[in-house]
Parts: sequence; structure tokens; C-alpha cells
Amino acid sequence: MTLTLHVNGRDHPLALDARTTLLDALREHVGLTGSKKGCDHGQCGACTVLVEGRRVLSCLTLAAVVDGKPVTTIEGLAQADGSLHPMQQAFIDHDAFQCGYCTPGQIMSAVGCVQEGHANSDAEIRDYMSGNLCRCAAYPNIVDAIKQAKPQMKEA
Amino acid sequence: MRPFEFVRADDARAAIAAFAADAGDNSSAAAAPAQYLAGGTTLIDLMKLDVMRPQRVIDINPLRQSAAAIALDDKGLRLGAMTLMAEAADHGEIRARFPVLTQSLQLAASAQIRNMASLGGNVLQRTRCTYFRDTSYAACNKRIPGSGCAALEGINRPHAVLGTSEHCIATYPGDFAQALLALDAEVELDGPRGARTIPFASLHRQPESTPQIETRLTPGELITAFRVAEVPWARRSLYLKIRDRDSYEFALASAAVALDLDGDIVKQARIALGGVATVPWRAKEAEAALIGKAVSDDTAQSAAEAAFAHARPRAHNAFKIALGKRTLIRALQQAAAMEIPT
Repeated sequence: MTLTLHVNGRDHPLALDARTTLLDALREHVGLTGSKKGCDHGQCGACTVLVEGRRVLSCLTLAAVVDGKPVTTIEGLAQADGSLHPMQQAFIDHDAFQCGYCTPGQIMSAVGCVQEGHANSDAEIRDYMSGNLCRCAAYPNIVDAIKQAKPQMKEA
Repeated sequence: MRPFEFVRADDARAAIAAFAADAGDNSSAAAAPAQYLAGGTTLIDLMKLDVMRPQRVIDINPLRQSAAAIALDDKGLRLGAMTLMAEAADHGEIRARFPVLTQSLQLAASAQIRNMASLGGNVLQRTRCTYFRDTSYAACNKRIPGSGCAALEGINRPHAVLGTSEHCIATYPGDFAQALLALDAEVELDGPRGARTIPFASLHRQPESTPQIETRLTPGELITAFRVAEVPWARRSLYLKIRDRDSYEFALASAAVALDLDGDIVKQARIALGGVATVPWRAKEAEAALIGKAVSDDTAQSAAEAAFAHARPRAHNAFKIALGKRTLIRALQQAAAMEIPT
């Protein structure tokens, strides 16, 4: 089937098997490999992207379902001049990762968490970030990063 | 994943027509050759696992235009079935008037899944039984009718102790359903044979000898809305969920409790249990044990004993009986202690 993925402000007309997930379409067909495949069953959060501004799991989303809807991936967060999104900078500042594999999903989820208004306390951040697993257990630093980025995102 | 035909439906009529073209004669809606796709958090997962094998997938996400409204008035609440779990969970007036609904949604799944999953799909989510989800096990009556049940003598720690049969002990995994049950909700359906409204309590079916038939939906029927009346026990209601980890985990035991008190005395009670039963489980015997009494250590204990009087444990899940009772006792005491603004 043919469809158009609208990713990070650009249209990508694609011819795909109906079975293709948004994650596979991004990685294998659009060439954006920032979104990661962890469990591929909606349990780890590594594939998190924003669709229409909402954080979702791209591994459980068929590409066909988001035909024409705006998708934001980790590659779409930084400015055109390369300056980082406040959440990306905060993850660096707080050493909020070790191996880095879960990090694109963590950052996209963290952006969603702040935008949804669910980053008001450590406990709330932990609960609303529980869909993103980090096997290196960088969790305390991730919470710190989100607390740093939250007011900066409001200013931006 | 097996190949399928992808069809986008712009409205309920088109969705039902697309289904009817491929309804087959299967009495199990979940095994029909056509399946509706909303958030996909169950369906796509189970298609990847080769547990569900639809030949036609009907994308009903365009129905969000018409079937995702949250309507509240002094008579009660109507939730369009395409409302996202997160949209309902974040609704302030629902939180104030029907706290058990909000809590059951907030304590379920992850933020991403709550952003994807529709309320209609949520109540139809399928069991997490390992023997159902893993096709390398030959015996699963739910997956392959007549093949047996590997869980009976298997690792059955997460399995049900209420509503089981010798054919299936798979636990109903959801949370929101227990809240709907406690509030005497109704479900609006539409389908090839027209629209109808049924009590939420009659939506799910216990496994008995046909565990592959999980609901009373006929193939092609679509949940279009949930209705909750302004019942007197709605405001004094809560959902308590006990699990292996504190967030993003299914319940080992949960209780939706709603009380209408006259002073300290229970006029009406609603109790629905999760994590321990094959279906969203209304504990009517426990409710009856409380009527006309104050909630105390003794009466809450009696209610909990009544709720689990007919529980049937297996090798690894007997702990759920004690845990389920304690969960219900704590939920009753917390509900009785709630401060209700007048």
C-alpha cells in the first residue's frame, strides 16, 4: 500500500507492506534509526515517538494508521542549527544514560511527560516514565534531567 | 505477522459493513477473520505473537471524530468508546465525581499505552496468560479450543482463583472494567444487527467449557460508548491495585470499592475484584455482608471472607486468596474514611 509519513516536518511518500509498523517504517524505509527497537512488544519504551504531539509506542503502531499524521522522532527535537532541545541537553548535563540504547525513547517520553503536565514531583515523574525501561538503571539521573528541562521547555 | 488486508473505516457504519463482509460463522468475536483496530496495543502485539491471525484489519481510528466525546451532566457520564485512556484519566470532573474510574485508568499500563489505547479496546484486552500468548505451548483452550490448559499444572502464579473452570484459569488483566462494574455502567453497542445497550456486568463471559468465547459481543459488534449514571455510591469510590512492581504492571489483586453511607452505616456497596478472577468480578456476597453495618475491621474481614469463599487455588497462586482479602479490606477501610465534599 502507499502512504505518506509526515516525520519531523517532512513528507515521506512510501510503498509499504500493510504489516509494517511505524518503527520499522522509520528505521528501514525513512532512514531515521534514532528510534530504537527493544522488545518490539510495547513493554520497554525504546521506540517511543510523538504522534500528533502524544507519546506513543511506534512498535505497536501500524504505519498505515498514522498516514499523514505528524510524527516527531528524536531526530526532530534539535534546532536546524544543531542546538539541542532542553531535554537532550539535560540528559547530557545529568549523565542520564550509560549505554544509550533506551535514551531516544526516554527523551521522547520525557518531552511528552512534561508537555502532558505530569512532571510535578519526583514520584509523578517516576510513575509517568515507568513505560521506559533502562537496564543500566540511570533512573535517578533521568528524573533529575526532567526536572532541569521542565522550566526551560516552558520558556522555549 | 501474517499478511492481512488493511481497510480504513470513516464511520461506524462503514466499519461494521467492512466487518460483515468477512464475519464468518465463528461465535467468538475475538477469533473472527476480521478485527477492528483502535490503539492496537493488544491486537498488534498478539498478531506479532501469531496468537491472533485476522485476514482483515479494519482501522477505526477515524471514529475518534465522532466517538471520542466525554459528556457529563447532572444525570451522569457518557464516554465515547474511542476516548483514550489518558483523556479520561486526566479529566478533572470525572476525578471529582467518579474517582474509581480515574484511579483505575491512572494505575493501568504506561503513559504511552494510555495515550494509544481506547476505552472500548481497554475492556476487551486479552489475558496475559503465558500459555495463551506463547504459541509454542500446544495446550490452550482459549487459543485452540479443545487442546487443553497448560496452566492448570503449569506455572500458574498469575492465574485466577475465582470464576475458573477445568478448561481455563486465565486472569482477566484489566483495571478500568472493575471500576465500570462498581458503578453499574452500561455499554452501548452497534453491529450488523443494529444497536443495543447492555449492562457492563454482562459483557464478559466466564470460561466454563468455552474459554475462547470471552464476551457476549457477536462478531462485528463494536463498543460505541460507556454510560455511568450519577449513582449515590460514585463519589465515595476508589481503586486499589497491588502488584509486583509499583508502576506499569498488571494486578496480582485489585479492588474497586464504592460505598453509599448514612453516617457510618453502609446503605449500598459495590465491590469488583481484579487480578484474581477470569472476568471482571462483582463480589455480591461481600456487598451483602456490609449492608446495614459500619465498615470495621470485623465487617471488612467478613466481607473479604465472603468474597473469596468459593476461590479455587492452584499450585502457585494460593497466595492470591490472602492477598485479595487484604486488598479488599484495605480498600473498604480507605473508602469508608474518604472525605466527601458536599
